[in-house]
Amino acid sequence: MLNYVLSRLLTFVPTFFGVTLISFAFIRVLPGDPIIVMAGERGVSQERYDQLAAQFGFDRPMYVQFWDYFTGVLQGDLGNSFVTKKPVWDEFFTLFPATLELSLCAMVLAIVLGLPAGVIAAVNRGKFFDRALMSTALVGYSMPIFWWALLLIIVFSGNLGWTPVSGRIDLLYYFPDPTGFMLIDSLASGQKGAFWSAIRHLILPTIVLGTIPLAVIARQTRSAMLEVLGEDYVRTARAKGMSPARINSIHALRNALIPVITVIGLSVGTLLAGAILTETIFSWPGIGKWMVDSIFRRDYPVVQGGLLLIAVMVMIVNLTVDMLYGLINPKIRKR
Amino acid sequence: MSLLRIRNLSVDFATASGKFRAVDGVDQDVNTGEILAIVGESGSGKSVSMLAMMGLLPWTATVTADEMSFDGHDLLTIGKRERRRVVGKDLAMIFQEPMSSLNPCFTVGWQIKETLRVHLGLSRKACHARAVELFEQVGIPDPERRLSAFPHQMSGGMNQRVMIAMAIACKPKLLIADEPTTALDVTIQAQILDLLTSLRDDNGMGLVLITHDMGVVAETAERVSVQYAGQKIEEQPVLPLFQSPHHPYTAALLDALPERATEKHLPTIPGMVPGQFDRPAGCLFSPRCKFANSKCKAEQPAPQGPELGHARCFYPLNTDERIAS
Repeated sequence: MLNYVLSRLLTFVPTFFGVTLISFAFIRVLPGDPIIVMAGERGVSQERYDQLAAQFGFDRPMYVQFWDYFTGVLQGDLGNSFVTKKPVWDEFFTLFPATLELSLCAMVLAIVLGLPAGVIAAVNRGKFFDRALMSTALVGYSMPIFWWALLLIIVFSGNLGWTPVSGRIDLLYYFPDPTGFMLIDSLASGQKGAFWSAIRHLILPTIVLGTIPLAVIARQTRSAMLEVLGEDYVRTARAKGMSPARINSIHALRNALIPVITVIGLSVGTLLAGAILTETIFSWPGIGKWMVDSIFRRDYPVVQGGLLLIAVMVMIVNLTVDMLYGLINPKIRKR
Repeated sequence: MSLLRIRNLSVDFATASGKFRAVDGVDQDVNTGEILAIVGESGSGKSVSMLAMMGLLPWTATVTADEMSFDGHDLLTIGKRERRRVVGKDLAMIFQEPMSSLNPCFTVGWQIKETLRVHLGLSRKACHARAVELFEQVGIPDPERRLSAFPHQMSGGMNQRVMIAMAIACKPKLLIADEPTTALDVTIQAQILDLLTSLRDDNGMGLVLITHDMGVVAETAERVSVQYAGQKIEEQPVLPLFQSPHHPYTAALLDALPERATEKHLPTIPGMVPGQFDRPAGCLFSPRCKFANSKCKAEQPAPQGPELGHARCFYPLNTDERIAS
C-alpha cells in the first residue's frame, strides 16, 4: 500500500509542473495589463509604468519570470497579491473553508439523493419512476448553473421569501470564526438563530452546486446497478433466498459503487468549477468568487497561485478516490 | 409422493423479435435421495426449467405449468416471501461458473454465514462454527483461514466447493447442480462429482445434475432425462439408457462419445438445435434425424409409454420388434 501511494505521488510531479506552467501562461495570454488596470481611469505615465514593470519583474524575459515563480512555488512562496499585497497562500486558506463548506454540502446532497435514486431507478427499470428520474437527471445535467441559480433565487428568495439572496449569514450576527466553517462557528458562538441563519444561506447554493453531480451520480449509479444486477453472483444471492432489498442494497450496490466512486471523484473538479459561478451569483466569499475578481483585476499571482492550489486539491481528491477503490474492491487492495 | 413434481412446464421468453419457447411441456419427478441427470445440448432448456422452478428467471420469462410442487409447497401459487423461506434452505442450487457466481466484494466466509444467519438465525459464534464445519465437509483445507479469503484469491475448484458448502449449509432436501464441473479441469471435475454423491449419501438429499457431459452422467446419475430444444425427449434409468436408447437423438448423442467410437472419424449429429425462427412444424429433431420421414416432419410426436422411455418419437429405436426384424 505504501509503495502504491508513493508511486502515485511520483506521478504528481509532471502534473504539478504542467499545472504550474499552464496557470502561469494562462493569465498572461489574456489581454489586459495589470499595471494599466491598477492605474485606473487616470492612467499612468510611461516613466511610472516602466518603474512598476521593473518592480513586478515584467521587464525580464518570460522564462526567467517563470523560473522565479516556479522556484518560489517549490519553496512554498506563491507570491503576494498585486491588489491586497497579502500572500496568496494566506488569502487562499482564509477563503477556502467557505468553498469547502459549500462543496461538501453540495457533494453530500448529491450522494445522499443520487445513490438511492439511481438504485431505485435500476431496480424499477423501464417503469414510470425510472423514466421520470432519468429525464429529470438529464435536465439537471444540461441546465446552465447561472440560469438555474437565478431561477431559484427569483422563486424562493424573491417570490416566496423563504431564503436569503446572498452571503453566508445575516449581518446581525457577528462572532469569531476559528474554523472558517460557518455551520460550526455559528453553532459554537451560541448565538440564538445564528446556526439557522447559516443553514438558510446554504440551502440555495448547495442545491445549485449539487445539481450536476447529483444528476451524474444518479445516472452512473443506475447504469452500474443495471450491469451488476445481471451478474451471476446476484443470481446466487437470489438462489440463497435473500430478499430483494438485501440483494440490491448489499450484494449489488457494493459492486456498483466502484464506478460510482470514480464519478464522485471526477465530480470534485466539476464542483470547484461550478463553485466559481455559484459563489459569484450568491456573493459567497469563497475562492471561486476570489478567483473571478482576481481575473478581472489581472492579479497575476492570485490567479496562477489559486489555480495551482485548486489543481493540487483535485489531485489529492483523485488520490483519495484511488485509495477508496481498495477499500471497496478487494481485488485492487491485494495487488 | 415425489419430492419434486413438475407437470407440463413451459417457459416463454419475451424477446425483441417475439416469443421464444425455451421449455416446452416438460414433466419431471425427483425423489428424496435420488440423483437425476438432465442432459442436452446448449439451449435445450435444461437450466431454464430448473431456474423457473426456483423462481430465478428474469422478468422477461413467463412460466406456465399444470403442476409444480416441492416438498408440499405449490411453487405455482407460492408467495414471494414464502418462496424465499424455501429457496436457499430446502431447495438449493449451484452454478456453472464458480468464479463469477461468488460476490467478489465479500469474503467467502461472509457469504456462507449470511445464508446461515438469514435462514437459521444462528448467532455469530454458531455461524462461524457451522461455516468451519461445512468447509471441512466439502474438503476445503485450513477452513479457519479460508473463511476470510475473497473469491479471487482461490482456485475455481475451491470456489465451487465454497458454492457447494453454501448450498448445503441448511441441509437442503433437493440440490440442483447446474453444470457444476463445466468450468473446472478434469481431475477437479471428478473430485467435485465424488463430493456431490457423497453429500447425497450423507444428507439423503435429492440431486439434480444438469450437464451436457455423458461421461458425468454415466459416472454419477441414477436416472437420466434427455432434453432437446426445450422438450424432454426421453427418460430412462442410466443403465438401460446407455444400453438401449429409444430416441434417435439419444442414440446419436451416445454414438458421438469418443469412448464409443469405433471408426476413424468421430460420428457427429449434423446441423444445429433449432432456434427461434427455424423451429420445425413436426418433430423438433426431424431436420437432423437420419430416420425421419414425411410424418416426422409434419406432426409432433407424443411421448411413448414408460417401457419406451417416454421417447417423443414415432419410431423409437431398440424396441423388441426392431431387434427381431
